[in-house]
Amino acid sequence: MLAALIIVFREVLEAGLIIGVVLAASRGVPGRTGAVSLGVLTGITGSAIVAFFAAGISNAFDGRGQEIFVAAVLLFAVVMLAWHVVWMAQHAREMTQQLRQLGTDVSAGRQSLFALGAAVAAAVVREGSEVVLFMTGIVMGGQETAGSLILGSAAGLALGAVVSLVLYFGLASLPVKQMFSITGVLITLLAAGLAAQAMGQLSQAGLINVLDTPLWNSSWLLSEKSWIGQVLHILIGYIEKPTGMQLIAYGITAGTIFLLSYAQRAPASRAAVRA
Amino acid sequence: MSLTPPFYSRNAARFRTLLSASAAALLALSGAGIGTATVQASEEHEVEISIKNHMFEPEALKLPVGKPIKITVKNLDPTPEEFESDDLGFEKIIPGNTTAIVRLKPLKPGTYMFFGEFNMDTALGHIVAE
Repeated sequence: MLAALIIVFREVLEAGLIIGVVLAASRGVPGRTGAVSLGVLTGITGSAIVAFFAAGISNAFDGRGQEIFVAAVLLFAVVMLAWHVVWMAQHAREMTQQLRQLGTDVSAGRQSLFALGAAVAAAVVREGSEVVLFMTGIVMGGQETAGSLILGSAAGLALGAVVSLVLYFGLASLPVKQMFSITGVLITLLAAGLAAQAMGQLSQAGLINVLDTPLWNSSWLLSEKSWIGQVLHILIGYIEKPTGMQLIAYGITAGTIFLLSYAQRAPASRAAVRA
Repeated sequence: MSLTPPFYSRNAARFRTLLSASAAALLALSGAGIGTATVQASEEHEVEISIKNHMFEPEALKLPVGKPIKITVKNLDPTPEEFESDDLGFEKIIPGNTTAIVRLKPLKPGTYMFFGEFNMDTALGHIVAE
């Protein structure tokens, strides 16, 4: 039961933390609850579909299908998160102002909702398909312990949701202005981490053959399997044995998002100075 | 709702086109005299392992160093397993009664642990590279 709890908790946490950050980052955007809920539902539906076709996906491209699929999902999430951060940079000022006036919602804000929902759906599909497979395995296995395994899985699901909520409320309790900069940085690093993970998948499939050996191993300092290591892995993309290609992907993604949002932000702050 | 999966498969399809295009180019380059099969056989070391009753058979794999490895994993259980190694940095979900392929970069001499994440009590094994 404990094993089931930990496995499901881990997967739910990974998607849940991303959802928590995304929700905090979009505070005040009207309709974001709907977009995120739709994203989660799409993700769960997608997970079931992916789990059903798991063997077919896995065996596509001479056994490279699973890696290619996961990499595609990850890179899709990266693009959606980048879009969201850049959009937020553009609108941070007006959103901060409007959020300060209690009860008013930001009028312009619908464009980034698609990106938001899509990023959430991608995160859920990536982790959810593993949970679905694991759970169907329990049911199909027909072990006597199935009951306690399902109980463990449910507990893992609940626990993952609780930790994600704690993160969300922690971020949401920050002063509005700081919150937007912090969540902006967090999503940028999160997206960079996902890009690095995608490189890891492509490397595993043998599709990347340059700069593909680990540059160092910092597991003695912080193991990716430890709870802190795991949370940092999700939130800022910590990898204990990064390859050169992963570092490059991380740097390029973080740099691109930073530059794009800076370019979007600059005119607004100049206008603020003039005013 | 289900708009996203076709997007992925479209992406995957593009990727496949790209892959087969580059594969075709490579084949053309390798010359008419050399057959594909011999090229692959001489480059990739292939090995098979199976999972039954949540245990690996064999539990120990002896693999050559300096060659890319292709491990074919047969999951003979009806339940899924996640074939994973921290030492070698791979993880792969294998649904019940299916076969999956895991590729490894050329190994350095040493011992590398692997396990089945869904059944950590029993599904343990290791690779000896020499």
